[in-house]
Amino acid sequence: MTHQDTIVALATASGSGAIAVIRLSGNDAITIAESCFKSVTPNKLLGKQQTHTIHLGHIVEEERVFDEVLISVFKNPNSYTGEDVVEISCHGSLYIQQEIIQLFLRKGCRMANAGEFTLRAFLNGKLDLSQAEAVADLIASDNEASHQVAMQQMRGGFSSEIAKLREELLNFASLIELELDFAEEDVEFADRSQFKDLVERITFVLKRLIDSFAVGNVIKNGIPVAIVGEPNVGKSTLLNALLNEERAIVSEIAGTTRDTIEDEISIGGIGFRFIDTAGIRETKDVVESIGIKKTFEKIDQAQVVIYLFDADKFKAQSSTLKVELEKIKNKYPQKPLIVIANKIDKVDDISISKLQSEIPEIKLLSAKTGFGVDELTNSLLNLINTGALHNNETIVTNSRHYDALLKAFEEVQKVKYGLETGLSGDLLAIDIRQALYHFGEITGEITNDDLLGNIFANFCIGK
Amino acid sequence: MFNEEYDVIVVGAGHAGSEAAAASANMGSKTLLITMNLQNIAQMSCNPAMGGIAKGQIVREIDALGGYSGIVSDTSAIQFKMLNKSKGPAMWSPRVQSDRMRFAEDWRLLLEQTKNLDFYQEMVSGLLVENHKVVGVKTSLGLEIKSKTVVLTNGTFLNGLIHIGDKNFGGGRAGERAATGITEQLIDLGFDSGRMKTGTPPRVDGRSLDYSKMIEQPGDDQPEKFSYLEHIKPLKEQRSCHMTYTSPEVHDLLREGFDRSPMFNGRIQSTGPRYCPSIEDKINRFADKDRHQLFVEPEGWNTVEVYVNGFSTSLPEDVQYKALKSVAGFENVKFFRPGYAIEYDYFPPTQLKHTLETKLVDGLFFAGQINGTTGYEEAASQGLMAGINAALKVREKDEFILKRNEAYIGVLVDDLITKGTEEPYRMFTSRAEYRTLLRQDNADFRLTPKGYNLGLAGEKRLRRMEEKQLQSDNFVQFFRDTSVKPEEVNPILESKNSSLVKQSDKMFKLFSRPNITTEDMRKIESVENYIQEHNLDTEVIEQTEIQIKYSGYIEKEKNNADKLNRLEDVKIPNNFDYTKLKSMSTEAIQKLTKIQPVTISQASRISGVSPADVSVLLVYLGR
Repeated sequence: MTHQDTIVALATASGSGAIAVIRLSGNDAITIAESCFKSVTPNKLLGKQQTHTIHLGHIVEEERVFDEVLISVFKNPNSYTGEDVVEISCHGSLYIQQEIIQLFLRKGCRMANAGEFTLRAFLNGKLDLSQAEAVADLIASDNEASHQVAMQQMRGGFSSEIAKLREELLNFASLIELELDFAEEDVEFADRSQFKDLVERITFVLKRLIDSFAVGNVIKNGIPVAIVGEPNVGKSTLLNALLNEERAIVSEIAGTTRDTIEDEISIGGIGFRFIDTAGIRETKDVVESIGIKKTFEKIDQAQVVIYLFDADKFKAQSSTLKVELEKIKNKYPQKPLIVIANKIDKVDDISISKLQSEIPEIKLLSAKTGFGVDELTNSLLNLINTGALHNNETIVTNSRHYDALLKAFEEVQKVKYGLETGLSGDLLAIDIRQALYHFGEITGEITNDDLLGNIFANFCIGK
Repeated sequence: MFNEEYDVIVVGAGHAGSEAAAASANMGSKTLLITMNLQNIAQMSCNPAMGGIAKGQIVREIDALGGYSGIVSDTSAIQFKMLNKSKGPAMWSPRVQSDRMRFAEDWRLLLEQTKNLDFYQEMVSGLLVENHKVVGVKTSLGLEIKSKTVVLTNGTFLNGLIHIGDKNFGGGRAGERAATGITEQLIDLGFDSGRMKTGTPPRVDGRSLDYSKMIEQPGDDQPEKFSYLEHIKPLKEQRSCHMTYTSPEVHDLLREGFDRSPMFNGRIQSTGPRYCPSIEDKINRFADKDRHQLFVEPEGWNTVEVYVNGFSTSLPEDVQYKALKSVAGFENVKFFRPGYAIEYDYFPPTQLKHTLETKLVDGLFFAGQINGTTGYEEAASQGLMAGINAALKVREKDEFILKRNEAYIGVLVDDLITKGTEEPYRMFTSRAEYRTLLRQDNADFRLTPKGYNLGLAGEKRLRRMEEKQLQSDNFVQFFRDTSVKPEEVNPILESKNSSLVKQSDKMFKLFSRPNITTEDMRKIESVENYIQEHNLDTEVIEQTEIQIKYSGYIEKEKNNADKLNRLEDVKIPNNFDYTKLKSMSTEAIQKLTKIQPVTISQASRISGVSPADVSVLLVYLGR
């Protein structure tokens, strides 16, 4: 791979839209764009324009006009990649996008590889490793909360916090080294009580970041919610009502939802991942019993369980239903459980009051008419306490960071123990160096070849 | 007079030159050692001591490889101390006070007994170079002596300039001439050169001192030694050093001479060792300290001459005298000679390969202060490495390079050629990433097999090392396998305030406890019996103790070294064109182009090369 060539790719999502943005980056980005651009202002040359300026004109090849576009010019090093960058906002039809990209390829651009724009930004020192990872998260984020976290990380919030602690620890490490190497020479010893304070502070911050991983992960991946119930009680319909689109299979024949289906929906800025499952009814059907086993696996993974049944069949099945409810409650006493009677539009008021008296926590709903769906979404939101988010605290969402933080924490605890037991400085130094190493893994001070490949493999083209 | 062609000519016979000559001759190369004065072989130009923190480890490494510095340090020692014994074993550092005259004499006698080694006294004034390849040396008398390789170890002699107060004169050492010609020729050949500065304190008459006003500093009760060779024995008798302090009055007297100090009036521009500052520098930089330690070190068994460690100075001799007279115990001091500073030429060591051969001239090696280092031990180890590699080159064999996790010598050479040095380079334990692996007690395990393969370490040395390794491994295994009953071990644990055991436990676990020592373990009958039965010596017992008590840390560092060595295996092609890496910083491109690192790992250690730059390299090399 060489970084001298100029790369091109579609920067917006593929498919048709109102507009699309095509991005060029590299030494010849401006020259190539200029060769295909005819400004509305006569004799205006892109190469002569200031950085961070926008120009109206047409993409042309000889006599042929492709589209009317806006071209933004970013000159190195003040661009996303640190190279010369040109962004062309064209009309969003697939045909136009393709034609323009083809034109640039003919003019000497190369199609960008996945993550190559960000790779270049990283290699040119525009982003550090954790910022680059955050870009990948940002692009993938599909709800407000995870977007906010990724943005924060990209601005360097979390790695700069670690970098600061690393710096302080490094200073202490050098003081320890000093007293080791100059033991014979009347030097001042590193102040152990100050060091203890620092270690306490680092412990506190690490602990907070590590704890935030659970919250962070929820935000990034969505909160898993299992929908459990007898076949044909309307699970798929409910899911559809929540998702507002037909995705799960809906049919009147019981047991058509044999495979678990997941979908994600953003409610109040929080991602929820709904897992549609087969019910847990005792059965001799082999296929169904596999489904039941799967249902329990899904409940294991879920943080919230919704138990759904057909209000119309409550009379006939009330004892089975209650047994099943007890089963779930006993098996998962800690898991929030929401019990819903669906198809409430099909039953009369007497049945409803009987339902409410026998199962006090019951929520009434009609997936078909939409009755009670809002109440359900509200109770879901109430279950999740995302206080950390609104405090604007730093949150860890990346499992690589989590891993490094855990390891650093472990080493820092050893340092703490060593300080308490008066461990010799040279041995203390080993633990400190190790902690510094793990900090460095997060901030990118440590070069690790495995890391690079991993991070940039997570991008789609054009980012 | 010299019709034959030598394999190796070593120029200079200090610590570097002597080791270089011994190594190449012992490896079978026909070697000539040329020095300006054959009476001054292996002089201790500064303090009469070998070893110390990190330096003691180097001396043991030299010995383990088959060099002479350890042996000579032992035979000429007047006092032995294992420094830092209260810290972890990575910090244990052997140090001796030496009989200065015996040190030089023992070196000379050892060299005289070395086969393949010729001597000649003259100043080398230039090199014979043909097509960027060295073919011999030229002397000041106009002799031309042919050789396949040349090792330059000029110390402080190249254009040496001695300063005492506002006086200065050419000289390589007190009372010795400077050497000229070589620097100028090397610059013509395209080398960069620079100036460095070092200094030394006054020497005084011990009979004029009042030791009752000083604190006695005796050697260890049970002195050890540097050499792993069995026939070299530890000291039975020792001489003490003494410690005294300067005072505000002394500092005031010294300050009176500051206007005539070449350090402060701008006459000396070059950089001195920050870690070994002159007394005027200490007063100036640490103005809040009202006293500094001075160590009064005897120069030998019989001589009355005394070295005043900590009082290195280039102030005028009258100021030195007046100030020193105010130090407790020095009221009637008589000077043998004043302290002085010396400036000399060096060649930034980034111009060298890992073998210490220059990149510009084939067959030309540099070792010692010419590379910007300070210290006998640093010099000696470079001499050894240059001598070995010169001999290998002559025989067209693979080069000999020590890695950073194998030896302090490896750290030293890699630091020098990768990072260069702005001030005289001194070794510290903190320069090593894997300090716990590079201990003074295991230098033989690490290096003697290598020394043996080179033909440098003898059969006896190897057998001795193998025996020590086998015995200590077995003894460690004994502790792993053998249990001890509560009734036998609890009294011992109780006496050490260590928690008692309820049932029989493996002794390895108990020995691992921080405050349980070998002495404690020997109170257990089976342990003492094992030692007697197998006739284990203190070295084996100590080795066992270290391997048990520090096994966790040693294992950790080994793992880390393995991890980082992976980047050591990513080689960068020869003459790699860094200018094509547009995405790399200009500074990184310049540094990498100049230093031409061999591996990614080495590249990452160059200052000015950032992790991002290293990533660029990794990407280019297809990783």
